[in-house]
Amino acid sequence: MITVENLTKTYGAQRAVDGVSFTCEPGTVTGFLGPNGAGKSTTLRMICGLTPPSSGRATVSGVAYRRLGNPGRHVGVLLDASAQHAGRTGREVLALAAITMGLDTARVPDRLARVGLDGTAAKRRVRAYSLGMRQRLGLAYAMLGDPAVLVLDEPANGLDPEGIHWMRGLLRGFADRGGTVLLSSHLLREVEVVADRLVVIGNGRILTQGDKEALLGAAGTMVRTTDPAALDALLQRMGLTGTTSADGSVLVPADAQTIGQAAAAAGVVLLELRPAGSGGLEEMFLRLTAGAEPEKAAR
Amino acid sequence: MTAPVSTTPTTLPASAAAPVPLTRLTMVELRKLADTRAGMWLLIVIGFATVATSAILLGWAEDEEMTFTAFYTFGLAPSAVLLPVLGILSVTSEWSQRTALATFTLVPARARVLLAKVGAGALIAIAATAATAILAAGANALAPAFGGDGAWSLDPSLIWQTLLFQVIFVLMGNAFGALLLNTPLAIVVFFALPTVWSILGGSIRALADASAWLDLNVTSQATMEADMTSGEWARMAVSTVVWVVLPLLLGGWRVLRREVS
Repeated sequence: MITVENLTKTYGAQRAVDGVSFTCEPGTVTGFLGPNGAGKSTTLRMICGLTPPSSGRATVSGVAYRRLGNPGRHVGVLLDASAQHAGRTGREVLALAAITMGLDTARVPDRLARVGLDGTAAKRRVRAYSLGMRQRLGLAYAMLGDPAVLVLDEPANGLDPEGIHWMRGLLRGFADRGGTVLLSSHLLREVEVVADRLVVIGNGRILTQGDKEALLGAAGTMVRTTDPAALDALLQRMGLTGTTSADGSVLVPADAQTIGQAAAAAGVVLLELRPAGSGGLEEMFLRLTAGAEPEKAAR
Repeated sequence: MTAPVSTTPTTLPASAAAPVPLTRLTMVELRKLADTRAGMWLLIVIGFATVATSAILLGWAEDEEMTFTAFYTFGLAPSAVLLPVLGILSVTSEWSQRTALATFTLVPARARVLLAKVGAGALIAIAATAATAILAAGANALAPAFGGDGAWSLDPSLIWQTLLFQVIFVLMGNAFGALLLNTPLAIVVFFALPTVWSILGGSIRALADASAWLDLNVTSQATMEADMTSGEWARMAVSTVVWVVLPLLLGGWRVLRREVS
């Protein structure tokens, strides 16, 4: 379980993270979404005790990360898959971590095989790894100590579609066994399939958060009509503002029944009426983050 | 994956709460000195250069100069010069290769990591000194065949003094690495700064007194002669504080405070 309370980080006048609060419960996958430079990585680094917060606090299972003596046995962390010594072999990277955590290095080959790195890859130096291979190594590294909590920053970066699919299954299974997963992404599509909860951040502030289903429902209804002008007039009378897509369909922030009844009463012919779902969430995500200008990633 | 998730996920397993023992961390840091190409090659070069010192003495030294003491003290030169580079890399590579992110995520107590690096540095210095002694013994056994003296006497005080000499310079490497956190900069400053100070101390009369106490290059030379005097010990202690202890404390403070990304 991860608890983040009013976490704030300022660099000079800039607020990289501004009063962020959320919790990640056991058995769930939380998607931490936001454009590049929104403060995702800074928040994750504060959770992992690498960056001291300006104010607020973060705990893992009730304890501040820096107070964990041997955190690898409880929290698996992958913040940057490229941050490994280029001159070490993949096997050596895991062996060092295993020794540090007090684990037998005999588990290393099996753990590498589980993330799809075979014996040949294990003996190669990280310098020769593709980004996708580094992500796989990073996931093996994070899961080496059999943790109950996973914190992953953009783990899908560099993975091919098959790799992304594989990783989703891995994380889903981990959460279904009672684990807690917090993973960040700047792409909604990457996390919406696997996440139970979403936390959306922009410009250092939480824009929205909640269960994925609720957020999807709140995204509105897709409506298509034979007479756009009549629909527009109807929506105006209802006090709603629709967003027209390129294909002529209109995203309306109301549920299907309300719109259907009003359209029937007004005699407006509808061709399509359905919950906007992920398309709507994407639209919402873009709308919410549109004002949040991507700034230079604060390091 | 068969991750054994604890039954009550909010409780922390004991294995995660207890700190990683310093001995284990030191073993990890020792292993990290040799498990990269840069580290491995540095050790190999030191080994070859040490063998070369014996070969030079066997081939070109005067017969009476081929003694165990001579093979040993001359044999220490390559490791004295190059092992500190390993000490520098031990600290700076965490930042230049960005492994600090993973290292401090696994061990949030950064002071313990730094302590383990210092411990590993001291151990590798001791190991290199022991290896040099064994090599010197081998060379000295061959000496008579080259017409050399082959005397085995070694003043016991030299053992401790040379061990200390080796450890001091590796820790100075650790210290400069921690202070500068940048590999090329730390290596250049490590070699250039004491040399510049030696030149200044040697050429400017007003600095001569200060340099006798503060020039580690000068004060540490006493370790190569048997039975250091108390005055020599005092001078070396003072210069060690200036060149090793102070940079190590300042560098440690910097490593503890620096944001990792």
